[in-house]
Amino acid sequence: MSAAPESTKAPAGSHQRKLTFSPVIAHRLATFFRIFAGALLFFLAAELLTWLEFVPSTYLPRASTVALRVVELLYDLPFLLNVAHTLGAWALGLFIATLITIPFGILIGTSVPAYRAIMPIVEFMRPIPSVALIPLAILLWGQSLTSKVILVAYATAWPILYNTIYGVHDVDPITTQTARCFGLNRLAILRRVTLPSAAPLMFTGIRVSASMGLIVIVGIELLAGANNGIGSYILFASSTGGHMDSVLASAAIAGLFGLIINVIFGVIERRAFAWRLLGVASR
Amino acid sequence: MRNIAFSSAGKMNLSGTLRSFLFRYGLGLALLLAWQLAAMHAESIFFPTPWQILLRAADLWLSGPPQHLFLADGVFADILPSLGRLLLGWSAAIAIGITFGILIGRSRIFSDLLDPSLQFLRAIPGPALIPIFIILLGTETTMRVTLIAFGSVWPVLLNTIEGVRTVDPLQLDTARAFRLPPLARLTRVILPAATPKIFAGIRVSLSLAIILMVVSELVASTNGIGYRILTSQIMLLLTEMWSAILLLAALGLTLNAMLERIERSVLRWHRGARQRTES
Amino acid sequence: MLTVDRLHHSYGPDHVAIASLTFKVNEGEIVAIVGPSGCGKTTLLKSLAGLLRISGGAIRLDGQLVSDVPKGLAVVFQEYGRSLLPWCTVEANVQLPLRYQSLPSDVSRRRIKDSLAAVGLLHVAGQYPWQLSGGMQQRVAIARALAYHPKLLLMDEPFASVDAQTRADLEDLVAEVRDRFDITIVLVTHDIDEAVYLSDRVLVLSASPSRLLADIPINVTRPRDQITTRASEQFLTVRSEVVRLIRRQAPPAS
Repeated sequence: MSAAPESTKAPAGSHQRKLTFSPVIAHRLATFFRIFAGALLFFLAAELLTWLEFVPSTYLPRASTVALRVVELLYDLPFLLNVAHTLGAWALGLFIATLITIPFGILIGTSVPAYRAIMPIVEFMRPIPSVALIPLAILLWGQSLTSKVILVAYATAWPILYNTIYGVHDVDPITTQTARCFGLNRLAILRRVTLPSAAPLMFTGIRVSASMGLIVIVGIELLAGANNGIGSYILFASSTGGHMDSVLASAAIAGLFGLIINVIFGVIERRAFAWRLLGVASR
Repeated sequence: MRNIAFSSAGKMNLSGTLRSFLFRYGLGLALLLAWQLAAMHAESIFFPTPWQILLRAADLWLSGPPQHLFLADGVFADILPSLGRLLLGWSAAIAIGITFGILIGRSRIFSDLLDPSLQFLRAIPGPALIPIFIILLGTETTMRVTLIAFGSVWPVLLNTIEGVRTVDPLQLDTARAFRLPPLARLTRVILPAATPKIFAGIRVSLSLAIILMVVSELVASTNGIGYRILTSQIMLLLTEMWSAILLLAALGLTLNAMLERIERSVLRWHRGARQRTES
Repeated sequence: MLTVDRLHHSYGPDHVAIASLTFKVNEGEIVAIVGPSGCGKTTLLKSLAGLLRISGGAIRLDGQLVSDVPKGLAVVFQEYGRSLLPWCTVEANVQLPLRYQSLPSDVSRRRIKDSLAAVGLLHVAGQYPWQLSGGMQQRVAIARALAYHPKLLLMDEPFASVDAQTRADLEDLVAEVRDRFDITIVLVTHDIDEAVYLSDRVLVLSASPSRLLADIPINVTRPRDQITTRASEQFLTVRSEVVRLIRRQAPPAS
């Protein structure tokens, strides 16, 4: 093949560089602007719709009213304590689930007989809605932190377990065989080939179960008698009349926290697993 | 899945299938047995034996007259309403999600602008919306179906948008090179190319729909499977509670299996093509 | 039939893909376009196909200015795997462009049969692309283009992703197709041997921003054959001339 010199850019006058932004900053700015514009659009649309009062404003207050209430709530210590309670229980449950299932998942995924025996059970348990166990949990542990944490841990365990087993089991055999040829022993292969290769799928499992856990915990808080947490605050606000703005605001805040969590997971995923350019299908 | 080689001796067949059956379900059956023995030993009212649960379930739902296919009243009082609401809400979510997903996904600007709002709306935990929906729509079927639809539309919508946006540009170029009219481009290239992602979204929306169905029936409800679980818990009819949980598990499994079957046949080409590129 | 007049295209101020190209393609010719990697060959092909809105200059097909994809033109891309629709069978893939041509169904069925037979793939009409080998997939892409009965066939490095043996067969297929169906073919390739073997003329492009370095008529007798032609005196002379041209091409515009 020819060894002709390649040049794909006409050399721009280098003196022009000083006047333009670095492309990275420009991209970040564009993304920020795009998000800001999108959020603004949402707010304006919501304000317009609520202003038109298809539903009377006692039932559906104006978006601006709700937004104000959101800000008020974020400064309200008791409310923030509720949020902390919910998020704390959620995080604890998620952490426990991750701590238990990932080692188990790795063990099961790397052992062929274990995989064949246990995977059918995991596949069986996975589609069972954990919210069905809320009454049972309340029965066993009451409306306490314990029951919330245990339920969240149970609910989040299955997606993580499933994804971990699957990710470890499905490592490209060519990669592991290559490692064997280079003399790596089993532990080294696990550390340097299997785990890094399975990590994206594991992380997807954690991400998916994180939002599942949030749903479960708000669900359990919603049942009458709860005394802590966002869910119980929403329920309380809705049962005493005339506080629709609080009800909507607290739900919106729950959504905001969910969004922040999703975004954080997304950022971590992109940073840590940028090499996995091909999309990993969320299971 | 390896095919079991058929040999001339019939015995070989049987032991082969038996072995694979045992491998797949052996551990599960062993655990079931362990549960049965442990529960029998512990004699706790919180944990009835699997056998008792099964009997109660049969009593509750399969003890009806032959002309009703042996379905008892419980089926018509609880299961059918739950199932009906679930399917109605879920199919609405799919229809709305795909339709709007296509409309939004076709325009890059539109989908970029709407993305923050959609990401926010999908992040709201479904149960948090229940009080709102109760106030706005009451406690009847309308509220539940709307709740299920509203909560489970997001995975379908967002995945459809993504699927439509990430069609291989080469396929679009091919469609343009052969001067396919825009509608044909949509139905014959863009939509089929997006179906893997759309189905992934539908799978997630199913589990969301089931969750919302159950949670909405745990709160201010008068019938349904979730309602059955709650009332039996309150009345300390624990075997009944476990039976209802079992029923829910069966429901979740069945619906997921059916969806998987449909997906497998619709996306046969996708698996084949993927195998090709990954080999 | 195809005239390119001072074609210029840039992807933004810093990236000029094509500086200026002017050439003609006559009816019934096979013209090969060669040049170093990244010299804008694909950009040129996409411009000819009307898939790209060019920054400057004019392309005319049969006197008509090309601004969007013109009628009577078919394209065969390098990545056959991605240009064939994986959810359609071979037959459905070949049929797709014909569906919207308002052809009576027996005419289109006949065309599908003929083109699949021409590429020797009538027996796999019911299979899916992923069930076929790379060479067969590319043949399906060619059949799809043929069934369309184009006046002009554009091929973008069609045999680059195919093994050597299959490549030889496909090259001969292209020559045969031109003779049988009487089409004009513009073929972009990085393989100089292939360009000289197949074409009536070779256009040599410089590195990006590209210009036309040479327009070389290939006076190698037809019909050509993989073994004897490639060893012949004529072939080797023309080939070395082309290679020399590419090797010592003009430096990029500064």
